[in-house]
Formats: sequence, C-alpha cells, structure tokens
Amino acid sequence: MGFDPRYSARNLTSVGTRPIRPDGVDKVTGRARYGADFNMAGQLIGRILRSPHAHAKIRKIDTSRAEKLNGVKAVITAADLPDLTDGDSAMYDILDNCMARTKALYDGHAVAAVAAVDARTARKALKLIEVDYEVLPHVTDVDEAMKPTAPLLHDNVFTEGVDPKPAKPSNVAKRSQFGHGDIEEGFRQADAIIERSFKTEQTHQGYIEPHACVASVNSDGTGELWVCTQGHFVYRQHCAQLLGMDVSKLRVTSSEIGGGFGGKTHVWAEPVALALSRKAGRPVKLVMSREEVFRASGPTSATSIDVKIGARKDGTITAASATLRYSCGPYFGTWAEMGAMTAFACYKLDNVKTVGYEVLVNRPKTAAYRAPSAPMAAFAVESAIDELAKKVGVDPVEFRIRNAAREGTRSSYGPVYGPIGIGPTLEAAKNHPHMKAPVGKNQGRGMACGFWFNFGGQTCADLNIGIDGTVSLAVGTIDVGGSRASLSLVAAEELGIPYEQVKAVVADTASLGYNDMTDGSRGTFSSSMATISAARNAIQVMRQRAAQMWDIPVDDVAWEQGHAIAKGEKYGNLPPLSLKEIAAAAGKTGGPIAGHSELVADGAGVSFATHICDIEVDPDTGATRVLRYTVVQDAGKAVHPTYVEGQYQGGAAQGIGWALNEEYIYGKDGRLQNPGFLDYRIPVCSDLPMIDTQILEIPNPNHPYGVRGVGETSIVPPLAAIANAVSNAVGVRMTHIPMSPPRILAALEAE
Amino acid sequence: MSGVAVSTTINGDDVEFLCQPEETLLEVLRDRLGLTGAKEGCGTGDCGACSVILDNRLVCSCLVLGAEAEGRRIETIEGMASGDKLHPLQQKFLEHAALQCGICTPGFLMAAKDLLAKNPDPTEEEIRFGLAGNLCRCTGYDKIVRAVQDAARVMKGA
Repeated sequence: MGFDPRYSARNLTSVGTRPIRPDGVDKVTGRARYGADFNMAGQLIGRILRSPHAHAKIRKIDTSRAEKLNGVKAVITAADLPDLTDGDSAMYDILDNCMARTKALYDGHAVAAVAAVDARTARKALKLIEVDYEVLPHVTDVDEAMKPTAPLLHDNVFTEGVDPKPAKPSNVAKRSQFGHGDIEEGFRQADAIIERSFKTEQTHQGYIEPHACVASVNSDGTGELWVCTQGHFVYRQHCAQLLGMDVSKLRVTSSEIGGGFGGKTHVWAEPVALALSRKAGRPVKLVMSREEVFRASGPTSATSIDVKIGARKDGTITAASATLRYSCGPYFGTWAEMGAMTAFACYKLDNVKTVGYEVLVNRPKTAAYRAPSAPMAAFAVESAIDELAKKVGVDPVEFRIRNAAREGTRSSYGPVYGPIGIGPTLEAAKNHPHMKAPVGKNQGRGMACGFWFNFGGQTCADLNIGIDGTVSLAVGTIDVGGSRASLSLVAAEELGIPYEQVKAVVADTASLGYNDMTDGSRGTFSSSMATISAARNAIQVMRQRAAQMWDIPVDDVAWEQGHAIAKGEKYGNLPPLSLKEIAAAAGKTGGPIAGHSELVADGAGVSFATHICDIEVDPDTGATRVLRYTVVQDAGKAVHPTYVEGQYQGGAAQGIGWALNEEYIYGKDGRLQNPGFLDYRIPVCSDLPMIDTQILEIPNPNHPYGVRGVGETSIVPPLAAIANAVSNAVGVRMTHIPMSPPRILAALEAE
Repeated sequence: MSGVAVSTTINGDDVEFLCQPEETLLEVLRDRLGLTGAKEGCGTGDCGACSVILDNRLVCSCLVLGAEAEGRRIETIEGMASGDKLHPLQQKFLEHAALQCGICTPGFLMAAKDLLAKNPDPTEEEIRFGLAGNLCRCTGYDKIVRAVQDAARVMKGA
C-alpha cells in the first residue's frame, strides 16, 4: 500500500508532549556505552603516528624497529591500505586523509599506525617509527592560498567550474555560482549601497567525546566495528570499500554518541583500526586523544567573504551579491558552494548573484559542522543588511520584514519556496519583549536571521508488536540528541497507544536496511516518516487479524485509539479489540505482527530562524558578556518540544562560542598552536545566560504531522546577531570573527 | 608482576588494584575496574567529563594518579543512585532534559552533587560558576542550570 506523506491537520495527542527519554536512566547512571566504553576479548590498543609538518613529501617510512618491540602486533602505513577506489576521487581523498600516501598535507596527518598489547607499548612503538620527510612550503590562510604565488598542494588541480579550463593548476578547486536577475541594473536602482569584506576563522565542532572504535576483522573476510558515528551505514560503506570487504560482511554497531554536529559523518581512524585488526588478527581499539581530534578531525572552513547589497530609500533591496572563499583543507569540498547557496536565502530578491571558491590549504580536511557553511555567509550578509538598514533609515527588523522571502518567492539558490517561516519568525522577534527591554551603557542589541535547507534521504524502520502488546521500534538514524523519545512518541501517536508502551532502539547495520546518516537535520524528520509508514503497515496487519478473529471482512474493521473497531450497526455487539488482545492472539492468527517501511523521505521543509541578543563590551579590555539571548525558529511541528528547545539553545551556544572566542591558531610553521580545550575555549556555563526560545509551527506540507528539521538552523544567525550587537555597543562595525578581546580592542583603537 | 598495589574505597566498597605508576585514576577506573561512567573528553583537566569526588573534593580523575587513591574515599557516578532510586539530581536532569548526547552528564552530576553539598541554596550565578569546569557542547547549559536549581529545591525540602 502506498504511503501518503502529505500533511493532514489532525489533533495529535502524544506528539507535542514532553516525556522522559527512553535512554535517559542509562545516561544519568553512567551505564550508557559510548565509543570508548566497549571492549572485546583479546583486543589490542591502536595508536596513530601523525605528521608534525604542514606539508611534506614522505620519502621513506622505516617501521622495522617498532615491529621488533615486544608486544607490538601490527604496524601499518599507506602500503597496508592499497588504493581500491577505482577512480572514485572522493573515496581516494578519504583514503589519503585516513593515511597519507605520498605527502603529508597538514600538521596531524596520519602517516603510520601500530597495534600493541597495551597503550604504553603502542606509545613506545610510535617513537620507534622513522619517517624521512622532505619539508615543503605550506599555506594555511584562505586568501594567501588563492594567490598565484602560493605553494601548490596538488599539481593536478585545475579549477572546476571555469570555462575554459585554466592552463595552470592552483589551490582553487572549484568555482560555483548562483542567482538570477541583473545585479548591475539592480545596483543602478539603489539609493544606498553597502560593500564590505569579512573574515571568519576556522572552528571545531568540539564534541566532548573523541572519536573511538573497536574493530575486528576475521581471516574469512567478515568483520565487526563498534563506533561512535552519526551514520553507521555510511561508515560501513566507506570502510568496506577502502578495505576491500563485502559490505554485508562488515557489521557496524553504533555506540551512544557523545556529540557529533557533523564531525562524525566522516570516517577518520576507523579504516585504520580495521586494517590494524586485519594485519594483527585480533580486535583493535582505537581512541583519539583530544589533541588528535583538533589536529586531525573535523574543522569548519575559514572564510573570506565580500558582500555588496543595495536598497532604495523605501527599504527595498534592489540587488545583492557576494563572493565567498572557503577553505576546504587539502581535499576537494563543496563548502563555498553551500555558503553561496545559503547566503541570501532569507530574502526576496529580483537581482542576486553569489560566487563561491573552494580553496585548498594545509589544514585538516574540512568537515560538516551544523548547517555547514551557512553561519559564515549569514555573518557577512546579515552584518551588511544591518548596516544598510541604518543607512536608509529603516529599523533593522522592519527592513528584513520588508524584504523577507515568502511562499512563492524564487530563492536565491533556485527553487521556489512553499510555506516558510522567515516572515513569521521576524514578526515574532519584532513583538518579543526582548526587543523592547532597555539597553544600558556599553551594551548593544543585535539581531539576525538564518536559513538551512534540511534533508530527508534514504530511511527505513521496523516496528514489531510484542506478544504483550508493547512495541519495539528499530530505526537506522543515529540518535544524537533525543530522537528515540521523539520517534517513540510518533509510533505511539500513530498506533493510538501510550508512549510508555513503545521502546525505540537504533539497529545495527546487519539488522535493518540502509539508512543515510543523521545529518541535514534529517533524524526526526525522515525516521518519523518511516515510523508512521511502518505503524500504518502494522495497523493494516492488525485490522486483518481482527477481521479474522471476528470473521468479518477487513474493510469493515477500522483502527481507532489503539483498538480495532467493527464498523456498522450490524456489528453492534462486537466490543473493540485492543492492540494487546490482537497481539496476544497473534500465534493463532498468522504469526508475529510487524510493520516495515523503506522510503526516500523527500520534501524536507526549509527552516528559518531569527535571533536577538544583548551584549555588553568592556571598553578597557575588549571582553564581552552575553546578557540576554532569544531564539525564534520554525519547527514545522515540535514532536518533543523540550528537545526542540534544546536544539535551539545548543546551536545558539555554539554560535556564541564561534562569534566570540573559538578559532584555530596556526603558527608560521604551519602547526596548530591550540589543540586543546584550554586554549581552544568553548563557552562554559558561566559565559552564558539562559537562552530563551520561541517555537513557531508552520507545517511542512510534505510530512504527515508537518515536521521540519530543527537541528541545524540555530547555529546560523548567532555570528551575525552578536556581531551586530557588538557593533552597536562599540560604534564600530566588526568584520572579523571571532570577536575576541584583542580584535575588539584593535577595532576600537583603529577608530 | 610490576605495579603499585592500591587499597581504596569506591562508592563505599573496599577495592584493591594494581596499577602502573604513571596510570591515571581515570584509566584505573575505566580500564581496570570497569567503571566507565567517568569519561575522557580531554585528558588534561579541561572538560570535567571524568569528574569524581575524592574525599569530599571534586577532582578531574584524569589529573589524579591511580596510586594516589591509596587509603582515600572515591565517589563515582555509578554510586550516585541508591539501589533503584535515582538521586534527585539524576531525576531532575531527566525531567528537564538537561542532557542531549549525555557524554558530559556523569561529570556534571558529580560536580552538581559536590556543589550542592557545599552550597545547598546556590544562586544561578553560583551554579554557573560552580559548574564552569565542566564542558557541555549540546545544551547551552540552560536546562542543566534549571535542573540543578530544581534539584536544590527538592533536596532542601527533603
């Protein structure tokens, strides 16, 4: 039976409530098992040797002394991970990033690895590996890397997206362009134009749990991998391809995940652990140190962005353009492309053009970080919008409302919007008490908007009815922040039973069909759709069983509030059959009862947010304090509102850290100077105020309950909202993120 | 076998173990004793995920040597609930959804327990500074602070 995903306005009784999560007790008692909490009998400890150079040719690696050390069971280099990628350049980049093949391309790039009987021996063995490097000139800055004189990372990269193909190789991997209309004509119509350049520094997702896995490969080609990941099916695919294993013979079990935010959507050490296990013939546990996490996993792009926006005196934007340069580490990425797509997505523009450049630098491979690429573009655009509003003398909120995209608007990146929330979040912000509160001396208020696409993708779920009438729900999207609670609510809603009767788990890769990973804010959106579909299929089976028990046609059986009902007066004396009664009789009516669903969750609803914040700046030290923060965001439908609030608050806090403190600092030698939480300072409890949230619900027409993704958009506005607040507080336009005390002082002094 | 013999008390139980001189208390708890509730987020005392209470003092167990546990009294997250009855802080963390991924939660609970033992009626600011040694990347701390405030109210009334 076909599944109809369209929204239907109906009363929801479970969805929208706030029960305690099913994995909660395990997590407050220390019982929940994360990546590093699992062990296998006979396991070895793996460690990785990393390049101390930002850019160096690897002439020779001598592992003989390490191999002779007592207790060392395997030493591997790139030679133990032969290239099986068969012309797939994206997979080749992943392989090369896991273990450098000919050149080390950044400080921290893996060059060899060992497996030994304990950590102490493994550490000793690393010191015995001799690597002969030829150090090469390096470049870590995005603007420097674009210059024709910059050291080249690869001599075979010719900028994609440029016609004709450039004659010379460069560090610019790709050019992309979006927009419509005629910006030259648009700027001619403008009464006021703002043109500015902005920079943002590289940040890390900063999940508290370092990458960790336990890998076990058998001589018969089967294997198991226990790992903290946002996508165990994708990890299985990538690991199997890189190791030359059959996908179905590698069983991947996802641990509880201690934060990911995009950083655990990419394989790093997992193929290395599998290769070590294969060579040693024993299970290998590999856990990154915090320093390794910073040096070798994760970070966002550093960016350099030019923005130009023009408006008429009445506050209508006539044209907007941006040039966005995003660092992508040493490998091809699509980060500038996403920045270019999202930059002006909040606005209704007749003339708009964005151009993105992917720039190769000697830094770790850029990874996704919550609405990847959008926060930096929003910082530049929303800063310029604020300045332009002031220049034409229109209130910044009013200015944005006047230019906000709405249903039917052709977005700056192409598609035409359906019902969207940018206008409503702006109206809600305008009317929020926060906007009317007084602002004191050395204080400033700022606001900004943000957009994210959201994603659906391949999804499946199994819903099994137990013989006691309880329900187990197996999903394949990793629960990063409470989705098992949300999905249990959805199953309860659809079946008409209490939440407490449903138990949701994340199944391993051998127990469920393929699922895309938890990215693009898709976890609850896509898996709730699969859960609804699976529940409806189970209801269909239960109606048939009830019909059989009553000996009446199935078409005369309806499903209401957890019961099969015989429709029509002729069945007046048949009392409803509960789910529990039908389940108890299953053995005699045809066997186990289950509902399954495999689908592509199309129609993810785009998401918008507006943030307001108050900042106080100490003019003597340049130190800032966030006094008040408010998030307004469209959720479509908040399945578990407490966890939706949590997503809004968490994204805002990450954005605040990015705006004010966090940055990768590289020395002239190309080495990362601050690979630890002491010097890479993420916000702590005493840095932040309470973060107020307002959930708007503008239903997504392509989901039965109207759900949109909620996880990512909340990190998009903070950089700009805080920059606008600081700029208003100090009277100087801040154009460089993070606005750390030295940068604020420098800006004040320059004025 | 080489190693340091250590006798200590963990969550009220007498415990004996052998460890290497350079092994941290965190490594001993996790790798030798199977108490994996304390997490290693950094290994440098910056994140607080490995927090335990050592003789009534909150410490990062990654900065304490296993050998230093000799004759001391250690409380870990595994000893926080009494049988099947959760500690009020654990209960309030659940009710307020003060955790998302949960990796920092054991450390926060130990830090909050230590805070309320010393200051049963903290202001919001005292809670924020009392928990400033623990990093959480998911929640923005809002719901954690509210959970601790609520637990303090319940514990005072008890």
